[in-house]
Amino acid sequence: MPDPLVKIRNLHIEGRSDESWSPIINGVDLDLNKGEVLGLIGESGAGKSTIGLAAMGFTRDGVRISDGTVEFDGIDMVNASAAKKRALLGKRIAYVAQSAAASFNPAHRLIDQHTEGPVQHGVASRAQSQEDGIELYRKLRLPNPDQIGFRYPHQVSGGQLQRAMTAMAMSCRPDLIIFDEPTTALDVTTQIEVLAAIREIVEEFDTAAIYITHDLAVVAQMADKIKVLLRGDEVEEADTRTMLSSPKEDYTKSLWAVRSFERPEKPPAEPDAVPVVSVKGVTAAYGKVDVLHDVSFDIHAGRTVAVVGESGSGKSTAARCITGLLPPREGHVEFEGEAMPLDYKARSKEQLRQVQMIYQMADTALNPRKTIAQIIGRPVEFYMGLKGSALRDRVDQLLDQIELDPAQFRNRLPSELSGGQKQRIGIARALAAEPRFIICDEVTSALDQLVAEGILRLLARLQDELGLSYMFITHDLATVRAISDEVVVMKDGKVVDRGPKTEMFRPPHHAYTDLLLSSVPEMDPDWLDNLLAERGVDNIGDAAVDKM
Amino acid sequence: MSGSMIFLLGLAGIAAMAFLFRLAGQKATGDAPKFRDMSYGEAFGYMLAATLLILAVWYYFQPKVTEAGMANAGVVFFRWAVQGFLIFAAAAWLFRLLGRNVGTAWTRKLFRQMPLTASFGILVILIYAFVAIFAGAIAPHGQEEILGAANVIAGGDPALGGDPAYPLGTDQIGRDILSRLIYGAQNTVGIAFITTILAFLLGGTFGFLAATLGGWLDQLLSRAVDVLMAIPSLIFALLLMTIATVWAPKLGIPLTWFMIVIIAVIDSTRVYRLARAVGLNIVVMDYIEAAKLRGEGLGYLVFKEILPNATAPLLAEFGLRFCFVFLTIAALSFLGVGIQPPLADWGTMVRDLAQFINFAAFSPMAAVTPLLAAGAIALLTVGVNFVVDWMLHKSSGLKE
Repeated sequence: MPDPLVKIRNLHIEGRSDESWSPIINGVDLDLNKGEVLGLIGESGAGKSTIGLAAMGFTRDGVRISDGTVEFDGIDMVNASAAKKRALLGKRIAYVAQSAAASFNPAHRLIDQHTEGPVQHGVASRAQSQEDGIELYRKLRLPNPDQIGFRYPHQVSGGQLQRAMTAMAMSCRPDLIIFDEPTTALDVTTQIEVLAAIREIVEEFDTAAIYITHDLAVVAQMADKIKVLLRGDEVEEADTRTMLSSPKEDYTKSLWAVRSFERPEKPPAEPDAVPVVSVKGVTAAYGKVDVLHDVSFDIHAGRTVAVVGESGSGKSTAARCITGLLPPREGHVEFEGEAMPLDYKARSKEQLRQVQMIYQMADTALNPRKTIAQIIGRPVEFYMGLKGSALRDRVDQLLDQIELDPAQFRNRLPSELSGGQKQRIGIARALAAEPRFIICDEVTSALDQLVAEGILRLLARLQDELGLSYMFITHDLATVRAISDEVVVMKDGKVVDRGPKTEMFRPPHHAYTDLLLSSVPEMDPDWLDNLLAERGVDNIGDAAVDKM
Repeated sequence: MSGSMIFLLGLAGIAAMAFLFRLAGQKATGDAPKFRDMSYGEAFGYMLAATLLILAVWYYFQPKVTEAGMANAGVVFFRWAVQGFLIFAAAAWLFRLLGRNVGTAWTRKLFRQMPLTASFGILVILIYAFVAIFAGAIAPHGQEEILGAANVIAGGDPALGGDPAYPLGTDQIGRDILSRLIYGAQNTVGIAFITTILAFLLGGTFGFLAATLGGWLDQLLSRAVDVLMAIPSLIFALLLMTIATVWAPKLGIPLTWFMIVIIAVIDSTRVYRLARAVGLNIVVMDYIEAAKLRGEGLGYLVFKEILPNATAPLLAEFGLRFCFVFLTIAALSFLGVGIQPPLADWGTMVRDLAQFINFAAFSPMAAVTPLLAAGAIALLTVGVNFVVDWMLHKSSGLKE
């Protein structure tokens, strides 16, 4: 057996915090052969990206390799000189970052950035490299490959940009590409075409790849073998099929089990019951452009309505119309059968109290300069007029409800909390107003799967205890399956399909719902192959959406 | 050989030395990463710094008196500058050491992470504050008191025309310069402080209002600020102050109050811009939206939600703005429309004593008098900027 392309032994990496070095990676081994794809999975903070970068002999600022060896094709990358690394990076090792939009220089055209590497490394002349770039764009099935390179990054869509970046990584035909969560920021329908393109081109050029992601279903499609990481330690490694069918460790099993959470089905609401919130023929516009067209749906007491669609489909705009942040141009919103004023400024304190919101990014939803007790206590004080020890008791009670220890958390700042804990505080702030209706705007999409599952279980429990109604905005169909009672599918500002969950997940569907459902990666390593065989390579992603 | 030839040859020499230095480093350390990955520019920088250091040391040890018997003023002032620098560095180091071992856990931690420049700045600010507050108790004479001898030279050496009773000498009409410097701290720094606070109250309030409310109010305020900013600030201040000198006696209000308001309004335009820009970034946050949807009033939004998140940039701006205000006051006083005599003020002192600089070639001590007031201004400006730099670094590095 030949020597592996990448050989990492006993890798220890430390990060500097508060004047001392604390371990990030504790002795990880890694072997990657030529043409092989390794999936690295784990929660955020598991050290996936750190290992990916270390394979290039690179560490971020304030991080150092303290022990162990990293060999690339027999070259010691830890002790290599800057000049030697410069000769390798970009030419034989390439990197594809999570956010292509942030990684391209907005001031240069795509093709100019594409040719930079080959010209710099003396692999090809500018003209040759440009021609090759167009060829790669064609292989990656970018629309209009002859011209797309001459656009600036802001002129192409996110999925196209991610493919252009993959093409750029390929420009010198590297032996190794490190993909750092390349599809995390994309919609399901866009993700699928990027996945197909990456896999195809990696196979064609027999490139080895390290594929970093937290999405198990994605890694199942891409990788030959999978390594699971937990807080800087390797949990286990196995080839993809073995790993999916029979994981050994408890932690891996728990990761696999997340996808199985599904709350029990509820009977449909009484046909003549007055819905808690009723959206009636709402048309809304930003400036002169209509972004919502005649949208209507009802949300009944104690039920969850999931609003699904790609980004730009008008899900969040619908929420803004309900809260009154964006007064609709036509139509209105009823709360328990009574029409609410369109603008939130015209609503009474009581009306405002009944509709609460939980945000996607807990980081920006909590004031970083206020303690948890202040954040949760403010609505209590504002709406209920509680003061002193009564206020304190109520805050403690709310913290208990979201399963955080009051003594430990009440005086902390948001920056001292983890992502999942912050999201729980966001929930507590909404609960503090004692509303009947809560809008959850992508509340789990920024969280790891295990943490997200905890949040979903909490929301489900609170609904049962307090009889809350949720409007659950999401693009993740696994979440929809887990928590919703009814589903509303939106596209281009219109409701294209709606109905109880059980009906929506059972064929026959509306054509667009079908496309959405079939684009969600499944934990089956053959899923992408089957799908491509079924739909044909030219009929996935944006192309399929456009044909509707 | 001409001067430019020497200069070019020197540069070539440094360039050659840089190459040798890097090569020697690589050989001597057996290719340690530091030397192995050193760029040529870095090596050149090291050699340039070394050359300048050697030149400085050489210049420091030149004789104080030239062969013709004249004082070599350049060398004298250079020695003072170096000695002053070393003394201040040592004082700052001692001050930091003190801070690390005395006080609460929080201040001790603060001092542990503090760079030397910041502790120097804090020390300078503390000394100025002390002098300004206790000016009446420290100063040996009154600021307006005219004493016996005029034009006594600093240094207190009778052989050179000094007087031990007046260690820093006296001015043209016989007022003690040390006392006037001390009172100057009170007048100049005190007025600058009040002016800056007023500028921040005005600019900050309107800036946050514009950011939160937007619409026509934002347009109105921003365009008004644009108009004010389009006029060169010093000339504008000068113009308004000239008008004020006519009004002040008629209305019976001291001219100083006019100056405070005029400078505060002009400087508040800069604060407005910053507060509005910072405010706009905060207003789009989800927690502001949450507060709006809760039904919170404008006051709560501005003071409880926006202001706490804007303190870091505003505080940094406060330090810088204080320096600018302070320099504007000194400049106005220098031009004769600022703080009025007989009140002691550093800007006025520089103007009144400026002609003594011409005597530097004959007696460095005679030239030092106007430089003392100028130095007092410079020192505070440098100190405040060091502290501001540090706070900016802290607020960006420890982003929560």
